[in-house]
Amino acid sequence: MNKLVSMLAVLLFAPLVALAAGDGVKLDRAPINEHDVISLQRGARHFVNYCLNCHGAGYMRYNRLKDIGLTEQQILDNLIFTGVKVGDLMKTAMDPKDAKEWFGTAPPDLTVTARSRASHAGSGADWLYTYLRGFYRDPSRPSGWNNVVYTNVAMPHVLWELQGEQVLKTETAAAPGHPVEVQKLELVRQGTLTPPEYDRLVADLVNYLDYMAEPARADRKLIGIYVLAFLAFMWVLAYLLKKEYWKDVH
Amino acid sequence: MAATPKQPVAFSGLGPLNGPMSGLLTWVDQRFPLMSLWRDHLAEYYAPKNFNFWYYFGSLAMLVLVLQIATGIFLTMHYKPDAAQAFASVEYIMRDVPGGWLIRYLHSTGASAFFIVVYLHMFRGLMYGSYRKPRELIWIFGMLIYLCLMAEAFFGYLLPWGQMSYWGAQVIVNLFDALPVIGPDLSVWIRGDYVVSDATLNRFFAFHVIAIPLVLLGLVAAHIMALHEVGSNNPDGVEIKATKDAQGRPLDGIPFHPYYTVKDTLGAVVFLFAFCVIMFFIPEMGGYFLEYNNFIPADPLKTPPQIAPLWYFTPYYSILRAVTEDFVIWLALGVFAYMLLILFTARGCLVKLAAILAAPVVILLMKGPFAFEAKVWGVVLMGVATLIFFLLPWLDQSPVKSIRYKGPLTKWALGIFVVAFFILGYLGTLTVTEGRTLIAQIFTFVYFAFFLLMPWYTTMEKTQPEPARVTM
Amino acid sequence: MAEQDLDQGKRRFLVAATSVAGGVAAGAVAVPFVASMLPSERALAAGAPVEADISALAPGEMLTVEWRGKPVWIVRRTKEMLDSIKKSDDKVADPVSKKPQQPAYAKNEYRAVKPAYLVVVGICTHLGCAPVDKLKAQPEPFEATWQGGFYCPCHGSLFDLAGRVYKNKPAPDNLEVPPHKFLSETRILIGDDSKGA
Repeated sequence: MNKLVSMLAVLLFAPLVALAAGDGVKLDRAPINEHDVISLQRGARHFVNYCLNCHGAGYMRYNRLKDIGLTEQQILDNLIFTGVKVGDLMKTAMDPKDAKEWFGTAPPDLTVTARSRASHAGSGADWLYTYLRGFYRDPSRPSGWNNVVYTNVAMPHVLWELQGEQVLKTETAAAPGHPVEVQKLELVRQGTLTPPEYDRLVADLVNYLDYMAEPARADRKLIGIYVLAFLAFMWVLAYLLKKEYWKDVH
Repeated sequence: MAATPKQPVAFSGLGPLNGPMSGLLTWVDQRFPLMSLWRDHLAEYYAPKNFNFWYYFGSLAMLVLVLQIATGIFLTMHYKPDAAQAFASVEYIMRDVPGGWLIRYLHSTGASAFFIVVYLHMFRGLMYGSYRKPRELIWIFGMLIYLCLMAEAFFGYLLPWGQMSYWGAQVIVNLFDALPVIGPDLSVWIRGDYVVSDATLNRFFAFHVIAIPLVLLGLVAAHIMALHEVGSNNPDGVEIKATKDAQGRPLDGIPFHPYYTVKDTLGAVVFLFAFCVIMFFIPEMGGYFLEYNNFIPADPLKTPPQIAPLWYFTPYYSILRAVTEDFVIWLALGVFAYMLLILFTARGCLVKLAAILAAPVVILLMKGPFAFEAKVWGVVLMGVATLIFFLLPWLDQSPVKSIRYKGPLTKWALGIFVVAFFILGYLGTLTVTEGRTLIAQIFTFVYFAFFLLMPWYTTMEKTQPEPARVTM
Repeated sequence: MAEQDLDQGKRRFLVAATSVAGGVAAGAVAVPFVASMLPSERALAAGAPVEADISALAPGEMLTVEWRGKPVWIVRRTKEMLDSIKKSDDKVADPVSKKPQQPAYAKNEYRAVKPAYLVVVGICTHLGCAPVDKLKAQPEPFEATWQGGFYCPCHGSLFDLAGRVYKNKPAPDNLEVPPHKFLSETRILIGDDSKGA
């Protein structure tokens, strides 16, 4: 039996390791913290200010933001500009038909984007963090912008006044053995924020997007700990019970 | 034939229950076979005492079935089988329904857990020869359950109406397109439209929530009834009913209750612990239990860059993709070689006759003037890959049941088969490259060789004698 | 099997302990399932308090607003109407509103925060039909000395202009006064009576 198991293990892992090959873009890790309520609140504010004009979050209710430490009154005063009720969904003000005309494609709903953008290359938050910092000038595009992780994206760089303008430079780096072409973003004109400030803003926004994709996540993990603790206790009981009865069996 | 009134129900050793409770039970028992059901299936159902780790998965499959039905019923209360509302209704469950996220994750994690448990349960059967006489029908009912589960999973996966739901269904339904003559009409009939649409979603919902579950429950009942008729196999492959004591109880058997009820309780707790670790902390399981692209609503105009089915279908998906025009030549050669093998080494005229009649027809349909295209053979091969399990009771010709007493050939064959299954499964989650297709083709051969060569390697090898009694 | 070695007490304890733990687990698992059938956030949002503008409501007239899918009537009562309520004291089943069919602040003679404005849920307390308004005091087929009020067409229950149910009618209780408050002279918030903010 043991021989069979070890044989299986050897046979299994040798080819699997050989098959596994990394692919795609390298993503920056998003410096976010789901427990940082202040960051989430700032992110919610940025989301409402910069994203909600074009993108909706049509599965998310404003009053759910009580999760991140806001009161209904604060939500009404600071985050709702369209006159909707606090229990309403965060719909965009833009008509999808207009949007399609302006951008060629309707801006997607952002409620669960942080989940759909996850991949083996990184979490959805990592992708968003890299994406929002990865716009560069590209005169060949109708919007004048392109992106390092989303090639030929239809969306213009909405935050360019904050970040400034980047260009994509191709450098030849000396690597051991053979030279490698490396593409690098370079900030040619700074916006109203310094690069660290801009990164902070994007991180807050991404933190919020990540929270919004699964508002129940905090509850889920908390309840999970209690459930596992209880099951561990039951494990002991069930083990003792089984042992006690199986004394009979010889 | 006058029925004698049943005896009052009495509990030995449980004093307080011999009061009004006993009276009530007697009343029921005289009108319904309560106590005899209890005795036949639990208290006096004798199971071999040497069950090991692998014997937990039958009862765990029952547990997951109950979990899926319970969570499914509650999801149905909130889900909308409507192309315009389905995706939103799932997010509604995840956010707006109190406790909805928990019920949904239980169901989505339960789906994968079901397949894990069932694959391990089947592997147990493969190891210990649980399909051998007299348990052929248990195995066949079990395989039908497995087919139902695959149908259930396939129909259910369309319901969230995400990109992977949509395109997965689109690809699989289009497989039927490949069938000669009736194919195109058949796939339109299945969808009720020219593409997967609202009509498809609505009917898949009906299949998922009522049609297949009804069949499934009936099959589970048949599976257990057949099992309790002939009794359980065990890791030694010994028939415990062969050796009984003076009262007619198998010497190597113990009553299912309490011994296996307490043991399975322990198994259930450990299983639930592992289940909850995944469900509460990594419900997406790295994209294998909940695919990332499925968080994008279905868009009939935009195919995702890569369509991979959920992990439990990927071995078959790999086999499907492995069949290219060139590969069909190798398949034809394989069929030819197999015919020769039967002609020269098999015993029995009927088998030889069948081989010499069937093989040329198959070969002609593969590469003759009226040959089907490779796509058809991919679909056929995928179908055969799932259905071939049904033949195991007759393919295994070994004098012993359990792997413990079989020879090295069977052990290697089973080991290599498991590896092939994993590799095909892993390849099915990846995009196609030339190299990967070649590997998939090789392991497709390995997969089928495990089954088709079984009558030879199980009889060629030297087996050890089975003991008369079980070993602990 | 050495029977004497068996500790039946330990066995019984372990069975009981595991059963209790299993019962607790089953109970805990039932919680999300039971909870899932409660009104969802969407239902709660749809059932949020509604504002009614009563600036255009003339004396003697009635206005219906929807709150939680139920009709809520706002009647602006005239002097005569208010007087009629006193007259029907002996006809109604619960003249002093003993039963908790209204918030404490509406437990008064006129069942209202401001006597002029009656705010009630327009659903008969019998089996949930919608009564018809018969605000004028005039002889009616169902009551010769009708003082004005509401008539339920389903089973003939009668309510006076304070929503109080008549005696010996199928409906057991007075019409329900929903929680409400005056935001200003001309705006009523129905569904929320919290102070402050």
